[in-house]
Amino acid sequence: MGESILSGTVFAAGISVGPAILPGIFPLAPLLAFNPFTEPVGVIHYMIVGAVMFTAGVVCMALKRNALGVLMGIELVLNGANINFIAFSSPYLRGDGAPTLGLDGQLIALFVILLAAAEAAVALAITLNFYNNHATVDIDRADDLKG
Amino acid sequence: MTGTIRMDSIFTSVLLHLPAPTAPVVAAVDWHSVLFLLFAGLACGFAIAVVAAENVVRMALYLVFSLAATAGLFFLAGADFLGAMQLMIYVGGTLVLLVFGVMLTAQAPLVSIKPSASDRALAGIAGAALLAVLLAAAVSVDAWRKPGVGEIPSPTATPLGMALVGVRVDDPPAGAPLTGRSGYMLPFEIVSVHLLVVLVGAAYLARAKRRKTPRAIDVLASSDPPSQGAVLAAAVPAVRTTSGAGGKSALLGGGH
Amino acid sequence: MAEFLIGFGLPGWLAWTVAALVAAVLLLNVIAGGALVFIWAERKIAARIQDRLGPTRTGGRFGWLQSLADGIKLLAKEDLMPEDADGLLFRMAPYVSFCASFCAFIALPFAFDVVGQRLNVGVFFVVAVLGLEVFGVILAGYASASKWSLFGAMREAAQVVSYEVPLGMCVVLPVMLAGTMDLVTIGEKQSGWFINWYLFHDPFTFVVFWVYVTCAVASVNRAPFDLAEAESELVAGFHTEYSGLRWSFFFMAEYGSMFLVSALAAVLFLGGWNGPIPVAQLLGLSDGTGDSAAYAVRLLGLANLLGKATLGVLLMMWIRWTLPRLRIDQVMTTCLKYCTPIAAVMFAGAMLWQLLLPGGLLPGFSRPAGEIREGWLEGPGGRPAGSAAGGQERVKEPLRGSQAQSAAEAGAGVDSGLATRSPR
Repeated sequence: MGESILSGTVFAAGISVGPAILPGIFPLAPLLAFNPFTEPVGVIHYMIVGAVMFTAGVVCMALKRNALGVLMGIELVLNGANINFIAFSSPYLRGDGAPTLGLDGQLIALFVILLAAAEAAVALAITLNFYNNHATVDIDRADDLKG
Repeated sequence: MTGTIRMDSIFTSVLLHLPAPTAPVVAAVDWHSVLFLLFAGLACGFAIAVVAAENVVRMALYLVFSLAATAGLFFLAGADFLGAMQLMIYVGGTLVLLVFGVMLTAQAPLVSIKPSASDRALAGIAGAALLAVLLAAAVSVDAWRKPGVGEIPSPTATPLGMALVGVRVDDPPAGAPLTGRSGYMLPFEIVSVHLLVVLVGAAYLARAKRRKTPRAIDVLASSDPPSQGAVLAAAVPAVRTTSGAGGKSALLGGGH
Repeated sequence: MAEFLIGFGLPGWLAWTVAALVAAVLLLNVIAGGALVFIWAERKIAARIQDRLGPTRTGGRFGWLQSLADGIKLLAKEDLMPEDADGLLFRMAPYVSFCASFCAFIALPFAFDVVGQRLNVGVFFVVAVLGLEVFGVILAGYASASKWSLFGAMREAAQVVSYEVPLGMCVVLPVMLAGTMDLVTIGEKQSGWFINWYLFHDPFTFVVFWVYVTCAVASVNRAPFDLAEAESELVAGFHTEYSGLRWSFFFMAEYGSMFLVSALAAVLFLGGWNGPIPVAQLLGLSDGTGDSAAYAVRLLGLANLLGKATLGVLLMMWIRWTLPRLRIDQVMTTCLKYCTPIAAVMFAGAMLWQLLLPGGLLPGFSRPAGEIREGWLEGPGGRPAGSAAGGQERVKEPLRGSQAQSAAEAGAGVDSGLATRSPR
């Protein structure tokens, strides 16, 4: 998969691998300077994790024909967003007295988790209904309303 | 150098930053960063594995691992309550996904529904472009690229609970641009009612129906399940009838 | 221990790493050693209840080496896998189960401050992680490609997910009484005579304790709720196709979970490491009277907690060999129609009790309810004042950068937020 290769590269670049293969548009110097064994992580590292999860979720939603796969993509997307909320709410990660979201970030993440649970419940019920009616969970078969 | 047992402090010191020793034998290891790398690698790797996997049960399993690793990231960032909540609700909710995956895809033809090669290529290109945009945006702000050297976060369960009933007891974050922060009582109430509505709605949608549409009967008749499929297919309706209440409560467990 | 190593001139991070590994191995030994003892105990108890002798020869008079012999036999057994099985998931499932059971031990205190990681959300964490054990069972059931396994796994999924609801409601009661989810603080608030235990706090907690016992037995899949492995219907349920070491991992996970829910019950309702009679207090031992006294107090607490948890496990065995197995619909009925409503009513009742009788039923005799709320609203400026656990004053200082110093001083406690150490 194309995006997995790229994300692997970028993530590895944050650790050690060479900057030569990276396009110049990424100012990755601070990431390359990051020594994981002695230096503390910052917000940017959480953001990268969030971005990878978000992208994986979007691709999952677009690619999977299984209704459950689409649901899993949604969970990944919401989770990726949550990581960013947590990262920006943590005074530990921002450091140096930089402004944080404080507790508000965590509260929003909490609501996201709750609503994701609610969403999953309804979506699973719909999937179950779809399966009862069509004997499959392939969403490409949901074309009854097609003219 | 006390003789007492201090197991609790051990993990604390691993999770939080350790001071550089005055005369290091080996270079001091920042365990916070190492654990971050571990959890981040797991979260990202399994998220990509979800996309790459074909079998829906494996997808669900990888999703569980990814979400659990994310809970670890939450703990590392000092959001202890959110981390436990992630484990309980998100991962628990995914458990239900897993169960449904087993139930709905027990017939062999449905186990993997493969997308076409052109779809894969398109999704790969689109995903790569999206990732590039996100990363470019993420690294474009100088203030976000500083390594974190902040204070150790204090426990969050009580202030979160107070905020949810409308009282803020936490200090405003340092240099916060916003003033006049408010509690979250109204959103909390709305979410409670929302969850109730979802519970009722999901239970209604998923209620056991005996009839099958003609099309479903056709599909079931035309498919030719091999031995394993037949065995599992025999198991599925039985499971559903014996645990009709369990299906509903499974949703309840995900949403409570 | 880490301070001890630092004393030998090891760098701080290395000392902490070694100490953490030692703690992890200790926790692992709690599960493995516990399983060893409990399996033997189960054999003996089952035999006594069925009017048999049980193991008598292996290792001497009472057959106390029987489980060890069993373990060697399991190690030597051939590792089988069905042909149609999903290999990866089949191999992974036992470890998933075992890891979940093991992880929950991280936040479980064995005595005051003898805890892997003192979490502010300890109760929540333990209950959440305990619920993850079912993943291994479902994976095992699915990957085995056997209908017996799948039946067992599906039953277990429905049962565990359902029973998490009443279990959570039971656990909320002590949390509400203590005003915190920190297991160490909850245990410490029940110090003193047994009348201070939350079991005897009010009638509602007394009732809810038994609901908790029911739900705990159900959530670790012990008889009469062991539908997942009902051997008279499903051969052996989810582990039908397992043998040898993998099977023993499931077994260890089961016994680990049994011990865990029993220990959790002990901490939440039965005073944790505080015995029925405050022996240490009567003897004048406390943290303040020197290192050896503090050590003795912890050892006593450890013995107390292990004793209570073992009693809980023995109770489960007694139940298992006494009661017949329920049907799956009866299991669901028990959960949804009885346990959940009772737990909800008891929750409301305990809340009203707190409001109407804040001094307890016998003022001056029993402990007043809810005197401290984690100190959040009491400290200056809304910051957390030192937690009152142990009734001692705590010195608050930032952890980072002063760890080595405070460790060397060994006199100053550190209140770091994520975890709290007791002062010496």
